[in-house]
Amino acid sequence: MSIIIDEKTRVVVQGITGGEGTFHTQRMQEYGTAVVAGVTPGKGGTSHLGVPVFNSVADAVEKEGANASAIFVPAFFAADAVMESAAAGIKCIVCITEGIPTFDMIQVKSFLKDKDCCMIGPNTPGIISPGKCKIGIMPGHIHTPGSIGIISRSGTLTYEAVDQVTQLGYGQSTAIGIGGDPIVGLKFIELLKLFKEDKDTEGVILIGEIGGTAEEEAAEYIKAEFTKPVVSFIAGQTAPPGRRMGHAGAIIAGGKGTAKEKMEALEVAGVFVAKSPAEIGQKVKESLS
Amino acid sequence: MKIHEYQAKQILNKHGVPTPQGEVADNPSKALEVTQKIGPKTVLKAQVHAGGRGKGGGIKLAGNPQEAEQIAKEMIGMTLVTPQTGPEGKKVRRILVEEALDIDKELYIGIVIDRAKEAPVVMASSQGGVEIEKVAAETPESIFKEYINPATGFLPFQARNLAFKLALEGDTFKQAVKFIMGLYKTFEATDASLAEINPLLVTKQGNVLALDAKMNFDDNALPRHPDIKEMRDLDEEEPLEVEASKFNLNYIKLDGNVGCMVNGAGLAMATMDIIMHSGGMPANFLDVGGGVSEEAVKNAFKILVSDKDVKAALINIFGGIVRCDLVAKGIVKAAKELKTNVPMVVRLEGTNVEEGKKILEESGLSFHSAGSMKEAAEKVVPLAQQ
Repeated sequence: MSIIIDEKTRVVVQGITGGEGTFHTQRMQEYGTAVVAGVTPGKGGTSHLGVPVFNSVADAVEKEGANASAIFVPAFFAADAVMESAAAGIKCIVCITEGIPTFDMIQVKSFLKDKDCCMIGPNTPGIISPGKCKIGIMPGHIHTPGSIGIISRSGTLTYEAVDQVTQLGYGQSTAIGIGGDPIVGLKFIELLKLFKEDKDTEGVILIGEIGGTAEEEAAEYIKAEFTKPVVSFIAGQTAPPGRRMGHAGAIIAGGKGTAKEKMEALEVAGVFVAKSPAEIGQKVKESLS
Repeated sequence: MKIHEYQAKQILNKHGVPTPQGEVADNPSKALEVTQKIGPKTVLKAQVHAGGRGKGGGIKLAGNPQEAEQIAKEMIGMTLVTPQTGPEGKKVRRILVEEALDIDKELYIGIVIDRAKEAPVVMASSQGGVEIEKVAAETPESIFKEYINPATGFLPFQARNLAFKLALEGDTFKQAVKFIMGLYKTFEATDASLAEINPLLVTKQGNVLALDAKMNFDDNALPRHPDIKEMRDLDEEEPLEVEASKFNLNYIKLDGNVGCMVNGAGLAMATMDIIMHSGGMPANFLDVGGGVSEEAVKNAFKILVSDKDVKAALINIFGGIVRCDLVAKGIVKAAKELKTNVPMVVRLEGTNVEEGKKILEESGLSFHSAGSMKEAAEKVVPLAQQ
């Protein structure tokens, strides 16, 4: 099985006619994702990559039954695009865009509070349920359908983890990049809850990094309620304090948010913590035996 | 992005938040001139991007204009070492000359984004003038907090709550409320990530002013604040980091001798970590971007080899969608152009990986190829130690 997206997911791409939008829509189509519409305000009524383009997400929902969106619009317009999707009744909003101001995200999260939808990202590779649906920019071919759930704050490091577990013969139920920004949509706990209910997910890999306390909060939840094995790796054990390590959210501030604190919290919660990124696959094997 | 104290105070003044009278000076005669205007007693403060300035001799009191001129002579051009600068210190290029005020109380006001609550939080404490991290660790109950509801913004009653908890009264209370409201307004209007007034001064006359001011800004929002972007002081940054930022590369100089170049921030951090686990130390963090273009590879390569501390380098590209043959071409081209003799271990993964490896092998250059991250790290660490 899988969580959030599957073969029934119908995707509208916001910003489909742009460079990134075009390139990754093609990759999603090749993977077999049902891209049913695109949105570019002012280009409604045309078609692009074989799908109809609409002026608004609401039109795409009404005419094509879209229930998920992929956002490839520039940073200063992305918050508006997320809220448009939510207002139109989209259930799963995947915001790929990097560089959205924090204040814009605060507004978005406040807007989403009373909406029946979830947001993934921003600054994320997206979400993939192998063999069923891919919404995002990750390489589809490294994934295999299977029973490991992956939740990560990183992009390419997730590919590394996916590759390791695939090499060992394990596939993935769903892999989600939650995004590298300080404020993101779905976080570890919400996703762990979904994986807990997914009967085909046997274990979960949680890839964190320095900054914030999301991993510590996840550790508390795992300790109290999560029954499946969890493997974790935290990037940034060698990161200096006070510096932003590429991701807007990856910063040790006021001595808080270090890899050490996070690894300790996860270990206390019974998580199999990989000290080196090369051990992720091995730890999965260990956790399932 | 960080700015200097004097710049933060200019921004605050623009939004009606009071600070002591003062001006910035980059030479002693300017300092003398300012003192004659606002003196006789003044405070001279070194302007560098680091805290703990008082401990390193970067904040001094002058009793008269001549004394101020003398202090300015010593301070401008000096290398200031504080607990936050590291042993190499920071060169003082300018000082802020301010009127000396009669201190009654030193309080604390700070605003940051609370990531767990997904909202800005305004914090106040009656223990000003000391490190807030220390206060938070020792007496967390003496820090009062008000979270901002994004729908309504910061409300007057919240500012009153904080001012009452600081035990302020009468006109001082009113000034404090206005100050806190103004500080939040500034924070929001400028897309700040931090606004810290430590100490917030209450004078013997009962006036409320920002004695010190620290502001950081959300890099993602800078394009909509050109005035703040202009305040960036390149002298305060590592030269290689400034160079890398011109090419939109995320580069941070570190203390080790194993250079690394990776696509994606998480994988770049993980690569640094695995270098450590293999017995080495990373010389830098360098993220060429998840997508990696040939151009980015070339520029990154340039930055990497111009760091004299780098004795060997690890290039770790998990391409996925990115074509490894293109990445390999970029690496070969850059290596040939730059004629470097730094040994390189290359780990490529992704589309067309075999073609990529072939290009590296046939280049005539001495690349060491590795199949996994672990293998790459284990190969590069001994090379750096040779």
